[in-house]
Amino acid sequence: MFRFAIKMLFGDSAKFYGILLGLGFASLLIAQQASIFVGLMSRTFAFIGEVGHVDLWVFDPTQSYVDEPKPLRATALERVRGVTGVDWAAPLYKGLLVATLPDGSRKVCDVVGIDDDTLAGGPAEIVAGSLADLRLPDAVMVEVGSSQQQLLFPAQLAPGAVPAPGQVFDPKGPKRSVEIGDIIELNERRARVVGLVKCAETFVAAPTVYTTYSRAITYAPPSRRVMSAVLVKASPEVDPMALAQRIKDETGLEALQPHDYSMRTLGYWMRETGIPINFGIAIALGFFVGVAIAGQMFYNFTLDNLRYFGAFKAMGASTWRLLGMVALQALVAGVLGLGLGLGAVSAFGLNAAGGKLAFKMLWQIPLIAAGAVLVICVLASMISMWKVVRLDPADVFKGP
Amino acid sequence: MPTAAPIPTASPAGTAIRLRGVAKTFGKGENAVPALRGVDLDIPAGELTLLVGPSGCGKTTLISILAGLLSRDSGELAVFGRDLGELRRDALAAWRRDNVGFIFQQFNLVPQLSVAENVSVPLVLKGESVGAAVRKAHELLATLGLEGRGKSAPLKLSGGQQQRVAIARALIHDPRLLVCDEPTSALDAELGRRVMTLIRDRSRRPDRAVVVVTHDDRIFHLADSIAHMNDGVVDRISRGEHDSQPHQSL
Repeated sequence: MFRFAIKMLFGDSAKFYGILLGLGFASLLIAQQASIFVGLMSRTFAFIGEVGHVDLWVFDPTQSYVDEPKPLRATALERVRGVTGVDWAAPLYKGLLVATLPDGSRKVCDVVGIDDDTLAGGPAEIVAGSLADLRLPDAVMVEVGSSQQQLLFPAQLAPGAVPAPGQVFDPKGPKRSVEIGDIIELNERRARVVGLVKCAETFVAAPTVYTTYSRAITYAPPSRRVMSAVLVKASPEVDPMALAQRIKDETGLEALQPHDYSMRTLGYWMRETGIPINFGIAIALGFFVGVAIAGQMFYNFTLDNLRYFGAFKAMGASTWRLLGMVALQALVAGVLGLGLGLGAVSAFGLNAAGGKLAFKMLWQIPLIAAGAVLVICVLASMISMWKVVRLDPADVFKGP
Repeated sequence: MPTAAPIPTASPAGTAIRLRGVAKTFGKGENAVPALRGVDLDIPAGELTLLVGPSGCGKTTLISILAGLLSRDSGELAVFGRDLGELRRDALAAWRRDNVGFIFQQFNLVPQLSVAENVSVPLVLKGESVGAAVRKAHELLATLGLEGRGKSAPLKLSGGQQQRVAIARALIHDPRLLVCDEPTSALDAELGRRVMTLIRDRSRRPDRAVVVVTHDDRIFHLADSIAHMNDGVVDRISRGEHDSQPHQSL
């Protein structure tokens, strides 16, 4: 009878495709919105992940997220270095500065200054050039990535060339991406591109510019406090968590492992912004659209077949067998609808990869979508099953 | 509750279904509607019995009770010696599956299934594999003049052909009791006669019985006996002319 149940489902093509589209659309909306939400939220702490080989981040205790400008005094570095168990500690500058390009256009850049000596905290992926070149005069390494995070130069200006006196560029003219040798100005100070790097997309969506810490603070506006954080490597035998506590106790600064710092940053954006609520509404909408469309369609499908279920019941099919048929129909529709929706989301994700759209489908997201579709199917089939349970086989003798 | 005196029937093969004082009321209190007021009836084995009467007289309720689809409120009912009242719901479903064939007024053929699959349903319900059941369905359909139509969709067949499919579905598991609800209402006179002849031929065994609810007086002459119902009771039984000769197949 289960084979017949499947044939009954597939045979009513109008309703079957309606159910499929409803469930597919619901799972699409749920998984896509959840993936974009995760992608967007991941960008808030993406920079922390970019800085590898670090056990602890030390920063101002009142700082809520990684991009919050709460700089430390320069003495913080030596105080951290003085804590027992610290193998090495390196300063880090991170701040938004304005870059001026040869055509006169301006673009806000996320400038990162890394330790002059160790170059700890450098970019994860270097496309061209060498990290050691940052020690050259005026040297910076610039991100090449999505259009939003890229410095664009006039196409008629050769890489490394300086505009001739009086040369004017059309701001709307053709552009090229930044190349090694290009010259930019950071806060009206000269900077020469010695390398190109790739960075994770961040929430700020500004091109990242790497340079040494000492040079970064010359680009930054003068202040007594310029150090964004201290990067710490624990001695081999020291537990980073215990070291973090010791740093807190001895310096009064906050010290967190990268994962914890990421979660702190994420927590800020989750708590303090309406982003989760907005995405939550979209996801809930997907769920309710699924319930409304697929649930209603499935219920109507069962209602249409009620007379046949009644005939089966009269012919001796047990109620459990009929419920099994309805459950199987719901399960098959659910699996196919879910597959359709997740397939569309995956295609969407593949298309969005590397672009400006934040998209990150964790393995939990398909499970959540599957759970939601399961709930939709259970709700729809339960209402339908109720009709089947209540079905009086004697009704088959009633007139049309 | 009024009860009519038992109405004896003469049947050489004995009684297939015995009803005594069977009553059924729908609803409660002020809304109570008595459908059967104490039916006494013997339905002979090996015969075709018609249940006739005006609309609302209780024919459908009676046929539902004797087919095990509806429980009675009071009275005695034995179908081939079995008191259906002592069976629980699942056991009753299993009894129907093994002993009863149904022909519905609206055919109730599932449009998404092929003709042969529709016919095979009772066998599949009894646990036979779909493949084997469908093969048997094709064979039975051939004997009913529907050879080669097993793979068709039921809705592509004419009304008469659909009725024959419904008959095949009712007969494929060789039930002891065949219950038919207005089997000729959608058929013309000639086709109705041929369908009824086919059904009657199936009743000609001592362990079989056929009960047909009908308004169609064109088929009355084919019945072995006719139970006339009125206001919830069987008030008269008339015996038709027996014709034991096999009839021309459809």
